[in-house]
Amino acid sequence: MAKFRLPAASRVRPGTRHTEAGGGQRRRVHVYRWNPDQGGNPQLDCYEIDPQRCGPMVLDALFYIKDHLDSTLTFRRSCREGICGSCAMNVNGANTLSCTQALPAKGDIHVYPLPHMPVLKDLVPDMSGFYAQYAAVRPWLRADNQPQGREQLQSSGQRAELDGLYECILCACCSTSCPSYWWNGDRYLGPAVLLQAYRWIVDSRDQDTGGRLDELEDPFKLFRCHTIMNCTQSCPKGLNPARAIAEIKKLLLARTL
Amino acid sequence: MHSSPRPTSPHAQIYRWYLTSALSIAHRITGLLLSLGTLLLGLGLLTIAVGPAAYGHFQAQLLSWYGLCGLLLWTLCLYYHLCNGIRHLFWDAGYGFALHHANASAWAVLAATVVLTTSTWMLA
Repeated sequence: MAKFRLPAASRVRPGTRHTEAGGGQRRRVHVYRWNPDQGGNPQLDCYEIDPQRCGPMVLDALFYIKDHLDSTLTFRRSCREGICGSCAMNVNGANTLSCTQALPAKGDIHVYPLPHMPVLKDLVPDMSGFYAQYAAVRPWLRADNQPQGREQLQSSGQRAELDGLYECILCACCSTSCPSYWWNGDRYLGPAVLLQAYRWIVDSRDQDTGGRLDELEDPFKLFRCHTIMNCTQSCPKGLNPARAIAEIKKLLLARTL
Repeated sequence: MHSSPRPTSPHAQIYRWYLTSALSIAHRITGLLLSLGTLLLGLGLLTIAVGPAAYGHFQAQLLSWYGLCGLLLWTLCLYYHLCNGIRHLFWDAGYGFALHHANASAWAVLAATVVLTTSTWMLA
């Protein structure tokens, strides 16, 4: 059953305000904070930074805060160019990669961890459930009869089937934007993992298409998708998980006809 | 090692609305209201079975200001759910997943709902 309210201990309280010394412009960045060593409720700290001295992206603002205002601020990041997926978070209500998300032109900025996830610290969610679901679709080539001593060829058309799928970096922006995944994340696989599952289903080299479809034919694993489209709206790589899920549903239907 | 139970990060409280997500939850709410409306329809049929006096009472309630408001809401729900259901059929067939298509079909559903509801009430 959908729980629309957060548990009492997870509700966010107003936090402390940190202002940069010196003159110049000020931009407010509100950041979700929670420290496992202190416990208690999470809080929303406000950092007032000088936009002239800070880089253009949301991740730059977080680095600026960590360097100049509060070194305890914790977040994941690695590549700073939208290919590793580490810095996925919720910025102004939408999931995105903070490294490729430009700071909005005006107004306050709100930064939260990926939604409806267990929080390890500040902006760092526990991704182990998500990764376990990814592992559960066994995302590798299943093929008994592979050519020996040479590569397995694909036509350009077969290769094109993977476009819009292979680019997924598993940042979990889509899965954690999905209300179905919020309410049923323990049983519904979510858009990211289903897109990955489809990536192997349509791969011409994979020989276990039927087995893969069998594994997904389940009221919860696949059919909790209600085409809300938040996944496609949020994907920072411009992919379309909603379409991939619909294609799996179509394949399941087609093989019963 | 973690010393405190982990909080759940905020979700519905902070996530922004899109036209697509608003129409999705509206589909569910209108479906629920239509079920309630069907119960009322069943009640009306029962009053016919009971007799003219009971049906007259039911009809009076239906034609009161709140009855008419309810009927207007019911027709709105009916047409919205119908049009959005057709949108879902296209999705089930694999069409209309590009974001600009999903947004365009959302506006089309809203426009069709308004047009169908007003024309029904103008004809009724």
